[in-house]
Amino acid sequence: MNRFEYVRAYSVEDAIEALRPPGTKVLAGGTNLVDLMKYGVTRPSRLVDINRLPLTAIEELPGGGLRLGALSTNADVAYAPPVAVHAPLVASAILSGASAQLRNAATTAGNLLQRTRCMYFYDTSTPCNKRNPDTGCSALHGINRMHAILGASDQCVAVHPSDMCVAFAALDARVNVVGAAGARAIAFRDFHRLPGDTPDVDTTLQPDEVVTSVELPPWRFAAHYTYLKVRDRLSYAFALVSVAVALEVRDGRVATARLALGGVAPKPWRSAGAEAVLAGEAPQRATFERAADVALEGATALSGNRFKIELARRTVVRALEQAAAAAPQSQSSKRVN
Amino acid sequence: MDQRAQLLVEVRLVVNGTRHELAVEPWVTLLDLLREHLCLTGTKKGCDQGQCGACTVLVDGKRVNSCLLLAVAKDGAEVTTIEGLSTPERMHPLQCAFIEHDAFQCGYCTPGQICSAAALIAEGRAQGREDIRELMSGNLCRCGAYTNIVDAIEEVLSAGRGP
Repeated sequence: MNRFEYVRAYSVEDAIEALRPPGTKVLAGGTNLVDLMKYGVTRPSRLVDINRLPLTAIEELPGGGLRLGALSTNADVAYAPPVAVHAPLVASAILSGASAQLRNAATTAGNLLQRTRCMYFYDTSTPCNKRNPDTGCSALHGINRMHAILGASDQCVAVHPSDMCVAFAALDARVNVVGAAGARAIAFRDFHRLPGDTPDVDTTLQPDEVVTSVELPPWRFAAHYTYLKVRDRLSYAFALVSVAVALEVRDGRVATARLALGGVAPKPWRSAGAEAVLAGEAPQRATFERAADVALEGATALSGNRFKIELARRTVVRALEQAAAAAPQSQSSKRVN
Repeated sequence: MDQRAQLLVEVRLVVNGTRHELAVEPWVTLLDLLREHLCLTGTKKGCDQGQCGACTVLVDGKRVNSCLLLAVAKDGAEVTTIEGLSTPERMHPLQCAFIEHDAFQCGYCTPGQICSAAALIAEGRAQGREDIRELMSGNLCRCGAYTNIVDAIEEVLSAGRGP
């Protein structure tokens, strides 16, 4: 790990001020940042420790929404009683990811801001446009079975690794941030960006801004939801494909559908097209298959990940069946119903 | 003041019930502080990248990977390591169960497994083997003693003998 200066912030204003010098990074749970520093992938000259800021609360909002403080841990959120009532999809997505130890340390905001686990991004002996702009992408013609089938560019084919963010994307979460220019709210779909020609920039958060909370609108999907994650081993592995679904079912028809995919794109991949196919229809397999086809429209394979297109299609169909049956995937028993 | 001293940060920790006041460089992990500064070598360094769980300790009662925590960020915390769970004369029920069930071969992952299992039992969310397997997935055992590890934890869990 490189040497760096260490500063503790005691207020959000402190933190924003301390973020001014270039090369400064924010330290929250550290589960990704410290790892990246050990690999030499990131070499900050200064860390601002924000762990003393009062941003750990998990609160119900008037009207039924939820506010998750930026420093609430993944475990705190996953097991919080209000989350079980108002955002069970989020709890399920969190519990499908990482390990108990990591969930105890990792934070809500840190989850949003974690970097890709593309092995070339981590391997500082190889070219990587995300790590070192304009050096090339090693994954494009390298080992890329884990990589993107949607939303990538010829500069970067890495995927966003989060599970929780897939649920946030499906639920229209809002990210509250504060910076030198004041506070603003970022719609979740606008928080992460596609790589284009600047894959080194993962999000629209500005360098002088800190995330203060994530807000979720009221839950209206009863038990018609699921987070279905497919991976190389049954636990403690990143997704090959994951699907978050929430359905509002009224009079035997899908009134509203929410569908987002993880593990397939540089950002959590919401499919408005698939949602439109489902809206107003009876929840049945033929409709789910059409929705899956639309969700995967435009998917392109790299040399090693052609299987992910069909895998994603089938995972969407299975997730829709689980949600329609009000039988969410258990993250403890791995049996897929 | 020399350049090195300027970089040192004061850290106060209670480790296994003993209060420590140290001055460390900000890049020292909790794992390295425990092993190199306090000579508590029961906590193991496996991957040093948060993937194997050998470094698992309890911080303020919660199990975490000590290799991914900067010690300076845990100022004021209470830390429990494998040395703090028991004494050789009065072993922790999990330690007895690991011996009884032959739940290790080389033993390198064992302190992390036992700290993690102690937290799992205290958390109270595991009902049976399936839950134990899922909630212990952050602790790898390269010898492959998983079946016996689950047996040992299940015995302590069902006996209600945990901490």
